[in-house]
Amino acid sequence: MKHLTTPLGDEVLSLTAGELVTLSGTVYTARDEAHLRMMEDGIPFAPQGSVVYHCGPVIQDDEIVVAGPTTSARMNPLTGFILDAGVKGIIGKGGMSAEVRNQMKGRAVYFAFTGGCANLAAARMKLEGVHYSDLGMAEAVWQIRLDKLPLIVAIDANGGDLFATAIDYAREKFQQMYQ
Amino acid sequence: MCFSPNPALYARIEQGTAEAVRLSEIYLPDDVKSRLVDAYNGESSSVPRQELANILENIRLAEERKAPLCQDTGIPVIYITIPPGIFWTNEMDQAVYAGIARATTTTPLRPNIVDPLTRENTGTNTGHGMPPVHVTSGDRFTITALPKGAGSENVSQIKMMNPSEKALIPKFIVETMLNAGGKPCPPVILGVGIGGTFDKVAALAKEALLEPVDMMTPYEQEICDAVNQLGIGPMGLGGNTTCLAVKVKSAGCHTASLPVAVNVQCWAARRATVEVLI
Repeated sequence: MKHLTTPLGDEVLSLTAGELVTLSGTVYTARDEAHLRMMEDGIPFAPQGSVVYHCGPVIQDDEIVVAGPTTSARMNPLTGFILDAGVKGIIGKGGMSAEVRNQMKGRAVYFAFTGGCANLAAARMKLEGVHYSDLGMAEAVWQIRLDKLPLIVAIDANGGDLFATAIDYAREKFQQMYQ
Repeated sequence: MCFSPNPALYARIEQGTAEAVRLSEIYLPDDVKSRLVDAYNGESSSVPRQELANILENIRLAEERKAPLCQDTGIPVIYITIPPGIFWTNEMDQAVYAGIARATTTTPLRPNIVDPLTRENTGTNTGHGMPPVHVTSGDRFTITALPKGAGSENVSQIKMMNPSEKALIPKFIVETMLNAGGKPCPPVILGVGIGGTFDKVAALAKEALLEPVDMMTPYEQEICDAVNQLGIGPMGLGGNTTCLAVKVKSAGCHTASLPVAVNVQCWAARRATVEVLI
């Protein structure tokens, strides 16, 4: 298993869909509202080699209570500009569109983290800071340090996509079962 | 008959509701855990095995950290049974809402309930007539909390089928999961309502999620096997387990109708029951 550390570099280009990895180092949470704000006002952290986590955590007294992934598909139309700015990794659940898969080619990867595993995530995290706190707890950009979070490379930089493979298979199977 | 207010009982209802919500958010029922262990043992590839290993580790950590299993703490749908001699009153509804608001700060829960159009958050997980409180008669006074997350709720389906389409019910259920893919955080449990009216069938589908998942009828098992043939797998990444169980509840319906509803439930199938002493 590969152990990756942020900031990410060209090592992401050789990762392949289906590979199990761990990730350590700083990541930034961002959901719908944060993406819209970053489009308007700019990205509030150094984007080159950075990793964005689709997550709206529960924070209490500056501690991360739970912080599982949210559905990445909502960010499909909002992702191109952060990849253009140099973001090399996105963590989320459920995968992203064919458009984003194409935008990632040759420069970035998508890591799946298990949906609902908010405690497992929190147990591997330390809160470092916050940007755009006026957006509220779920939508703010939280700066978080990861310690070996277990991830799966679900969309690689060469167009490999586990979600697309699984759903294509499911469609074919459904046709066979109920034709 | 004359009803006198009973503040001590209202306080116990509030306390019982807060406790049912807290327990449901942190401790997954044993029958669900056991199905997830079966699912882990039924996978041979590294990706679905890692997903299920993460889920099992997360369940253990939630208990250890006494924190909610998932950050989408859902909308706590409430089911209450009241014994003979007890009459449900508006004050009791208010006590249930107070219990949910209390659990929101003490568990803690993410505040999830907003106005549907302004999207303004009430901050308490109550308000605008929510969450639903279903009261039925029973032997004991019990409060059950079923927190329902949005990811799986959003891919649920209802269909007013023709009575002649009875044989197509399994196809509709399997198709619901095909369209859902990885979005509802599989492996899922499918609560199915058959019959009733447009509104009743959705309620049946959700009530089916209160049933234990360690037993299935041959009809439920057949549909569950068909869903698993899709190979969507844990989190939609591919694998043998897409569905842990199918549970069906039915009711009579109009001779010209065949309502069917599928309420999709993520792997975090949370429910807990607390008894209120009277």
